[in-house]
Amino acid sequence: MTTTNYDPRVLKAPHPVPGAPDNWKRFFSFNTDAKVIGIQYIATSLFFLLVGGLLAMIVRGELITPPADLVDPSVYNGLYTMHGTVMLFLFLFPILNGFNNLLIPTMIGAPDMAFPKLNAAAFWLVPVFATVLMGSFFAPGGPASSGWWSYPPMSLQNPLGHFINGEFLWILAVALSGISSIMGAVNFVTTIIRMRAPGMGFFKMPVFVWTAWAAQTIQLVGLPALTGGAVMLLFDLSFGTSFFRPEGGGDPVLFQHFFWFYSHPAVYVLVLPVFGIFSELFPVYARKPLFGYRFVAIASFGITFLSLIVWAHHMFYTGTPNWMRHIFMFTTMLIAVPTGVKVFAWLGTLWRGNLRLNTPMLFCLGGLFNFIFAGITGVMLATVPIDIHVGNTAFVVAHFHYVIFNTIGFGVFAGIYHWFPKFTGRMYYEGLGKVHFALTFIGATLNWLPIHWAGLLGMPRRVASYDPEFAIWNVLGSIGAFMLGVASIPFILNMVSSWARGPKAPPNPWRAIGLEWLLPSPPPAENFEDDIPTVISEPYGYGLGHPLVDDEKFYIRRSQEA
Amino acid sequence: MTTTAPKSGPNIGAIVIIAMAVAINLVIAKLMATWSYSWFPPQASTAAPFVDDLFALETGIGSFIFFGCTGVMGWVLLFNRADKYDESDGAPIEGNTKLEIIWTIIPLVTVFVIATYTMNVNMKLQNLGPKHKYVIGTDPTALVESDPIADVGPIDVIARQWSWEFIYPNGVRSSELHLPVDQRVNFRLTSEDVLHSFFVPAFRLKQDIIPGSVISYSLTPTKEGRFRLRDAMFSGAYFSQNQTDVIVESDQAYSDWLKTTAKRPLQPGLDPGRALYDRRIASGDKGWATVPPAPAPMVNDPGDPSIPHDA
Ligand code: HEM
Ligand SMILES: [Cu+2]
Ligand SMILES: [Cu+2]
Repeated sequence: MTTTNYDPRVLKAPHPVPGAPDNWKRFFSFNTDAKVIGIQYIATSLFFLLVGGLLAMIVRGELITPPADLVDPSVYNGLYTMHGTVMLFLFLFPILNGFNNLLIPTMIGAPDMAFPKLNAAAFWLVPVFATVLMGSFFAPGGPASSGWWSYPPMSLQNPLGHFINGEFLWILAVALSGISSIMGAVNFVTTIIRMRAPGMGFFKMPVFVWTAWAAQTIQLVGLPALTGGAVMLLFDLSFGTSFFRPEGGGDPVLFQHFFWFYSHPAVYVLVLPVFGIFSELFPVYARKPLFGYRFVAIASFGITFLSLIVWAHHMFYTGTPNWMRHIFMFTTMLIAVPTGVKVFAWLGTLWRGNLRLNTPMLFCLGGLFNFIFAGITGVMLATVPIDIHVGNTAFVVAHFHYVIFNTIGFGVFAGIYHWFPKFTGRMYYEGLGKVHFALTFIGATLNWLPIHWAGLLGMPRRVASYDPEFAIWNVLGSIGAFMLGVASIPFILNMVSSWARGPKAPPNPWRAIGLEWLLPSPPPAENFEDDIPTVISEPYGYGLGHPLVDDEKFYIRRSQEA
Repeated sequence: MTTTAPKSGPNIGAIVIIAMAVAINLVIAKLMATWSYSWFPPQASTAAPFVDDLFALETGIGSFIFFGCTGVMGWVLLFNRADKYDESDGAPIEGNTKLEIIWTIIPLVTVFVIATYTMNVNMKLQNLGPKHKYVIGTDPTALVESDPIADVGPIDVIARQWSWEFIYPNGVRSSELHLPVDQRVNFRLTSEDVLHSFFVPAFRLKQDIIPGSVISYSLTPTKEGRFRLRDAMFSGAYFSQNQTDVIVESDQAYSDWLKTTAKRPLQPGLDPGRALYDRRIASGDKGWATVPPAPAPMVNDPGDPSIPHDA
C-alpha cells in the first residue's frame, strides 16, 4: 500500500479541540484531548504523592521511637488513614488513569478516547473528591481515622454526633472516586475494543493495552460491590440503619466481604498496568522481543479472573470456617501462576539481551527485583497458618508496600521517564534521573525490608506506640522513609526543569517499536488524524527486521518533519 | 512461536555452570530456612512449631526462587550490558512454547504442594470452634458449646476499647491471662464495642473478636513464661495500648493463683489507655475526636504491667 494523499501540515498544526486553549492554560481547562487529560491526571497525582508522602513522614516520625510522643494517638490514626486513602485514591488510581489516557489511544492508533467528554468529566471529579477528602481535615472531630478500610462498627462511632464529619466526607469521597473510575473504565474498555487501528488484532496489541483492559474489567465488576458497601455504611453512619451495627442485628463482617470483594482485586487494577509498563520497557532497553508475548498477554486475564475470587484471604481470622479458608488460600496461591509466567517472560526477555541502563530501565529492574520479593511474601500470606500469625502485623504492611510502592511506584516512575520525551517533547536529565533512582531504591529497601521482621516478632499494624523490642526495625524504616522524602527532590527538579528547558526530544529517542513512537513528540491533537497506519506485525519486533506498520518509512519521516 | 537460536548439541560448559548455580542456590535456600526460625518469638504453644516449620519451608522455597530469579538478573547485568555506542539488538528470541509450558507447570505444582501441606497443618491446629451470633444485651456465653476436648475452661475473654478482662469458670476475674502449661484451654471470645483481635505472638495465634458474635477458641500453651497478648485489630485511639500479659505457669501455680485470687476483693483492673486519655483531657482535649475509654473492668487480680515480658 502506498499513501500519497497526506498533508504534512495536518501534523504540524495540532488543531486544538474546539474552544479549548492551546497554551499551558489547556491543562487547567475542561479539555477533551486524552493527552491533555493524561497529563492533568499525572500532574495532579504527583502532587498528591507529595501530600501522602508528607503524611507518611509524620507517621514514620511517630514510629521512630516506641512511645506515642510526637502526635496524639487520635491524630496519628487520622494521619495514617488519610495517608493510605490519599496514596490509593489520589495518587495511584489517578496516575494510572493518566497513563491510560496518554498511552491507550496513541498505542492503538485511535484519535482519542471513545467518549472524550466523559473522559474529561471523569478527570474533573478527581479535584472534586480531593477537595472533599482534604476538607475533612477541617471537619469537626478531624478526618476519618478508622483506616483506609473503614471497618464498622468503629467507623460508625461518631463521638461528637455531628452530621458532617470526617467519616461522612471520607465515604463521600470514596464514592465519588468510584464513580470517576467507572466512567474511566467504560471509556478505556470501549476504546480498546472499538477503536484499534486497521490490522491491530488483539494479538497485535501492545501488552500495556492488554493489561489496561484486564485491569479496567476488574473496575467494572468490582466497584459496584464497594460502592454498595459504602452506601450501606453511609446509611448506618448517618441515618441510623444497622446493616453492619451489631446492636441492631447487623453483621460487621458482612462489610468486610463487600469491601474486599473489590479491594483485593483493586491491587491488580494497580499492578496490572505496571506489568504492562515492564512488558513495554524491557524489550526496548534489552533490545529483544518480549519473550512469550501471547502468554504474557493472556496471563493478564488469568489474573483478572482469579483476583475476583480471593477476597476472603483477608478474613482468615474473622471466624471463617476451615473449608472456606482452604478454598481461598488455594485461589490466592493460584495467582502466583499467571504472575510467575510474566516474571519468567521478563527474565527471558532480559536473557542474552543488549541492556541499556538508563533511568526507565533502572526503575524497571528495581521494580521487578522488589516484585519477586513481594510475590514470595504474598504466597506466605496466602497460607492460612502463616497469615494467622502475621496477619494485621507490620509484616503485612511491609508486604503491601513492597507491592504498592516498591513495585507499582517504581513502574510508575519508569513509565514517566520513558514516555516523558514523547508527551512533553523534551528530554529529561539522565544524571538527575539516576540520582532519583539510587535514592529511591536504597530508601525504599531500608524503609520496608526491616519492617518484615517487626511483624514476624508480633508488632501489630496501625499502632502509634510499640514495645521496645521492635525499635531497631522501626528506626531503620524511618530512616529509609526520610530518604524517600529526599529522593523526591531530584525528581521534582528534573521534571520541572526538563519540561521548561530540556533539550528537544526526537520522535523516537529510544528507538522503540510501537505506534506512539511513529508520532511526533509531542503528538498532535488527534494523533494520526486521517492517516491511521495499518498494523502488520506483532509488537516488540526488536532485531527481527520487519516493519510494524505498512509503509513505516513514511510515518517515520512524517514524525520527524512535523 | 519459534526460537531462532542455532541448533547445537548439549553445551557441557553451560550445563556445569547451571548445575553449580543451582547447587549454590540450594545451599543458600537451606541456610535461609534454618535462619528463619530465629525471626520469631519463642515457641510457646502447640501451634508454634507447625507455623515455624511451614514458614521455614516457604522461606526455603521462596529463597530458592528469589535468588534464582535475581541471580539471572545479576548475570544479565554483569554480562549483557550494551557498550556506550553499541546500537545493536539482542538475540531475537520471541518465545519457546516448551519452556513456557514448563514454567507454567512448575509454579502450579509448587503451589499444589504447599497448599496441600498447609491444609494438613491447618487441620492439626484445630483451634477455631463454632461462632454464634447473639442479640446484644442477652448472655452470649450461653450459646456457644465449649470445646469437648479442652482441659481448662471455658474462660471468657471480653475485649473493650481498650482493656482485656478474663473470667474463669470459678468466677475469678483478672486483667492478665493465667494459663496452666500443656493443657488445652477453651475461650469464649466476645467484644462489647468494636472489632478486636486476640493475638499472642509467642503462640502464633490470632483470632478476631466480633461484637454480636461469640467465638469458641482453643489452644494449648507449651512453655512457662510471661508473654504479650496484643490487640491486633485496629480499634481506635488507644488501640496501641491495648495489651496485656499471658502468664503460662505450672498446673500447681495456676490452681494456687485461682484459689488465692478468688479471695481478693474486686478492684479496677488494667486500663492502659486511661493515663493517655487523662493527659489529653488535662491539656484541654486537643487532637481529633475520640470515644472515651470504657471504664476499667472490676477484677480480682489487676496484674502488674511493670513486670517485663519474655516475648
Ligand atoms: C513514601 C513512603 C511511604 C511510607 C514511609 C509509608 C508509610 C506508611 C505507614 C507507616 C503506614 C501505617 C501502617 C500501618 O500501621 O498499618 C502506611 C499505611 C499505608 N500506606 Fe504507606 N507509606 C509510603 C508510601 C505509600 C504508597 C506509595 C502507598 C500507595 C500508593 C501507600 C499506601 C498505604 C496504605 C493503603 C496504607 C494503609 C492505611 C491503612 O491501613 O488505613 N503508602 N504507610
Ligand atoms: Cu487480598
Ligand atoms: Cu481492638
